[in-house]
Amino acid sequence: MYTYSLEHKNYLKKLKKEKRIVIFFQIIIVFLFLISWQILSDMNIINNFLSSSPTKVFNTIIDLFKDGSLFKHISVTLYEVIISFIISVIISLIISTILWLKPIISKIIDPYLTVLNSLPKVALGPLIIIWVGASTNSIIFMSLLISTFITIINIYTSFLNTDKSYITLLRSLGASNKQIFFKVILPSNYYNIINALKINISMNLIGVIMGELLVSKKGLGYLIMYGSQTFNINLVLTSVVILAIISYLMYFIIDKIEAKKRLK
Amino acid sequence: MSNKLLSVKNLEKYFHDKTSETKALDDITFDLYEQEFISIVGPSGCGKSTILSILSYLEDPSNGEFKYSKDITIGYMLQDDSLFEWRTILDNCLIGLEINNNLNKETKAYVINLLKTYGLGDFINKYPSSLSGGMRQRVALIRTLAINPDILLLDEPMSKLDYQSRLAISDDIYKIIKKEGKTAIMVTHDISEAISMSDKVIVISKRPGKVKNIYNIKLSDKSTPINNRKSKDFNKYFDMIWRDLDVHL
Repeated sequence: MYTYSLEHKNYLKKLKKEKRIVIFFQIIIVFLFLISWQILSDMNIINNFLSSSPTKVFNTIIDLFKDGSLFKHISVTLYEVIISFIISVIISLIISTILWLKPIISKIIDPYLTVLNSLPKVALGPLIIIWVGASTNSIIFMSLLISTFITIINIYTSFLNTDKSYITLLRSLGASNKQIFFKVILPSNYYNIINALKINISMNLIGVIMGELLVSKKGLGYLIMYGSQTFNINLVLTSVVILAIISYLMYFIIDKIEAKKRLK
Repeated sequence: MSNKLLSVKNLEKYFHDKTSETKALDDITFDLYEQEFISIVGPSGCGKSTILSILSYLEDPSNGEFKYSKDITIGYMLQDDSLFEWRTILDNCLIGLEINNNLNKETKAYVINLLKTYGLGDFINKYPSSLSGGMRQRVALIRTLAINPDILLLDEPMSKLDYQSRLAISDDIYKIIKKEGKTAIMVTHDISEAISMSDKVIVISKRPGKVKNIYNIKLSDKSTPINNRKSKDFNKYFDMIWRDLDVHL
């Protein structure tokens, strides 16, 4: 095995120490936030009805867990996010590929893509409900509208920016478009695609919550809506906390997939 | 120098953009014989690389024609090594065979053998990022040789390297090409490199590129490129080509 020099060992030690400091302070920040929230609320410096408190949020989670609705709502939201993520990834990859194969199509639809991407999709909410119906479908549809255009633009742009010399090399060998796509365009853009997917999944979460706020009987967006209508701030903040944890976990999972490939 | 492999006749090339039309090549004519090493030198922007793009069918000539004497395989080597960072050295060298659906046990063994013969045996399963610039260029040459081409088209293959690596690699590339019995056309702007490596040097003028002169390089004590630079005839050719290029700043 390797034997490192003393200097290298010290270098590694320094790296480890730095990492420990970072994690330590990250945890401290969360604690300070929670403790000061709790104290300010207990001492009624901030209105504890309007701003709840960590213990109340914790109790609400326990209550939701006990009556079984916690996982019901989380799983509904996750289900909608995952379904719309899968659909939008497939659509984006197919459309980016077509645009790459046929630059003339890309030139034609470029302004439409830009408009559709920058249009605030929530404005279409009422229309979607009328067209698709007040159901899970319209939530997924909203999520697709929000995520797909930006992912198409991101993936297609990275396809276009592929190193030209790679393509010249393959053309000189007589490669077909299909070969160029699978041997160069896809593998050389692996990390760009992963990055586009990271943005995509957070857009899916935004879209799903937005859809649930507009129309639903289940899900974390519904809990937020229900909580605010009944002035149950504990419920609203609890849902927000759960959402924060979910979005971090989703990001974490994609990041791990990326890191796994990098190690190979 | 036996059989004629390629004849190029009156090649012309125009480039078009929105506002203008530029004549890049004018009346390019030359022949290439088997196992010959030809260099094309010229000022930058004279269209010398375009000649290679045309000869490798990447671009069509506007006028004129070129003809290979038989059905040949072309190995095109670019200025950038263009190694795929996500593929191992071996897989990089196999790309041409994959594209042509010629990858089998024999051809793979041939490529592995090439890598071993030319000092890359230890790097077969490594990734390009672990190689120096000179070694990457050597891998790029072996990738070009992997499809067993009849003719190599080298487009300033050493221009991105530092001077010392250039000297070493030009010696390397020359030896490999000669040992494998290949025919080659190399484009370069380096007069010394051209004289030291070639049997024939074609001098191209400023844009539009025209053949200004063709020199048969006859060094009395011809050996490897580095030694050729010390030959007494070397300076004579250098002076003649320098005068042809008519460099003004």
